[in-house]
Amino acid sequence: MNRGTLRTGLRAAASLAAVSLFLVAGCSSTGTTAGTSSSKAANLAITFLPKNLGNAYFDTSDKGGKKAIDELGGKYAEVGPAAAAPDAQVQYINTLTQQGVGGIVVSANDKAAICDALTAAMDAKIKVVTYDSDTNPECRNLFINQATADGIAKVEVDMIAKQIGDSGEIAILSASANATNQNAWIDLMKTQLASSHPNIKLVDTVYGNDDDQTSFDKTAGLLSAHPNLKGIISPTTVGITAAARYLSTSSAKGKVFLTGLGTPNQMRQYVKDGTVTEFALWNPADLGYLAAYASAALIKGDITGKTGDTFTAGTLGKFTVGANNTVLLGDPYKFNKDNIDQFNF
Amino acid sequence: MSTVSTEVVKTYSDYGRPLWRRILFTREMAIVVLLIVVLVVASIQLPRFATAITVTNLLLDVTPILLISLTMAPVMITGDIDLSVGSMVGLSSVVVGLLTHSGWSIPSAGLVAILVGAVGGMVNGLLVTRFGLPALAVTIGTLALYRGMAIGLLGTTAITGFDRTWTQLAKSKIGDTGIPSVMILFLILLAIFVVLLHFTSFGRGVYAIGLSKDAAAFSGIHVARTRVILFILSGAMSALAGVFYTLRFTTARGDNATGLELAVIAAVVLGGVSVFGGRGALHGVVAGVLLIGALSNALRLAGVTSDVINIITGVLLVLSVIAGSLMQWIQSRRVRPVTTTASA
Repeated sequence: MNRGTLRTGLRAAASLAAVSLFLVAGCSSTGTTAGTSSSKAANLAITFLPKNLGNAYFDTSDKGGKKAIDELGGKYAEVGPAAAAPDAQVQYINTLTQQGVGGIVVSANDKAAICDALTAAMDAKIKVVTYDSDTNPECRNLFINQATADGIAKVEVDMIAKQIGDSGEIAILSASANATNQNAWIDLMKTQLASSHPNIKLVDTVYGNDDDQTSFDKTAGLLSAHPNLKGIISPTTVGITAAARYLSTSSAKGKVFLTGLGTPNQMRQYVKDGTVTEFALWNPADLGYLAAYASAALIKGDITGKTGDTFTAGTLGKFTVGANNTVLLGDPYKFNKDNIDQFNF
Repeated sequence: MSTVSTEVVKTYSDYGRPLWRRILFTREMAIVVLLIVVLVVASIQLPRFATAITVTNLLLDVTPILLISLTMAPVMITGDIDLSVGSMVGLSSVVVGLLTHSGWSIPSAGLVAILVGAVGGMVNGLLVTRFGLPALAVTIGTLALYRGMAIGLLGTTAITGFDRTWTQLAKSKIGDTGIPSVMILFLILLAIFVVLLHFTSFGRGVYAIGLSKDAAAFSGIHVARTRVILFILSGAMSALAGVFYTLRFTTARGDNATGLELAVIAAVVLGGVSVFGGRGALHGVVAGVLLIGALSNALRLAGVTSDVINIITGVLLVLSVIAGSLMQWIQSRRVRPVTTTASA
């Protein structure tokens, strides 16, 4: 009987001991960070909540946010889930509301799922700014839009026109035939080509389905089907990378120009070896920087987020709130061999 | 160690420990105590922890896990496992979304989703019992299958805009307590499963199957039927969790609750259910779920990042399993010499 008691007692004690270790571990980290949230005057504690952590795109954008908040003398923080899931974002928004931060800058994993949590945050006088990916408009004060369809179409047409000398045959390598945003951009590009570049002829549009191998094969197909092709526009990061890889080893390198939307890390080697002269995307660092300034302007009460409000975002200059409480970052950013090494995403 | 030789007539209860010791000195109670310790320490250390808001958020966050753990525990006690629960939450969410989108009311759509869950669970159960396949392999397959169906049905879009009365109900609280109303549903289900598992012959059969399927079968327990019933309950409960998930987040997506199965299994194992079957109790399981929930909530509030929170809960789980095995090893070391002298 005694032995039995001893055994169970030991068992319970050991489990307890094992777990109390954790508590100690947990508490020590608690102690070091608990103070971060307790700011009182003009609460410039602004927290970035990206779709997920460990994502080079958001690392870059949030670094831009940190730079802005440092300039403003505020308190920057970044939290987020390991995987891009809406429920995990809700947990973080709820926590930030409890901590009483001044502003939340969030890239939504789902338009509706995080809405209630954001509304609760706004009820608690927290300013909510979305960037990169918006929620339903009633769930945030401002959305910082990285680019408009018009802006994207224009920059791509302008780049290809410059590269091929404003005349000749071009083709488009898109994602899938029913991708809404791709088709909207392609339609706008056609309109702009017709109105401003009469000597450029769009001879083909092919779809690589945002698959590397398919895009690669479609590029090969384009070159054999159109021997006079002078340029390819690929408004998808997967497509432009595959097309660049094909061109870089083909005889068409240097004769057929390629541009579109890409990321610096994927395109770096093709810009350096001369396959690609220039491509575009927005600058995530500027996006984060602008979002942080917008958040601060809301917190200080300089703006309320209504259409027509204006504020200054540090080195980026002056911005005006447009329709649907949206601020546009500006024209897409062009990457070429002179600036590509400043970016890592 | 040498007292065994004395010949005294003992009744059965003499061999057992007093009731209060049997209840207090257990793995389950260790987790309950640890949960209380976490709550107390967090309340002292974190000024914003001991609030009604924490109660609301914490309980709403763990509700799907709490619900599914009620069925995962008996499934694991029989020695099976159901890895398809997270995918079933997603599939149920999509079913609710599609049906309400085409004009169904939330209750009828929810019932259909739960039916779909029960059928999905039955598929798991029949594959495991009729074909003698390991539950681990079968449910890894249906994990992919049900998730694939969910995403296939809805694509990458999301259905939103549910009847506000129901989405509000999913998030409503009981008065000023901060306790979500959905806890009433959970407590009713908990009571049912406590009775089922701990106070019925069906429940004793569950433990018997986990200890030895052959022995259980020879004792007149319907082994296959019991296992299938548990898989059906597991599927239906996951679907119920899916309905709640959809209403709470007001969005039906094919990728809802991806990876939830691991959160459930981690909490159930932490709560003292053996992965080899045969042991576990629901108070430990509920405490396990709440412990992981409270710990991550407190750590988030303290500004600890998600990767570190994952590391801490992971180490907690591993240590708890090690502590359990270590105790068993110590026990076996202590018991063996006694039995040999007794038989000699």
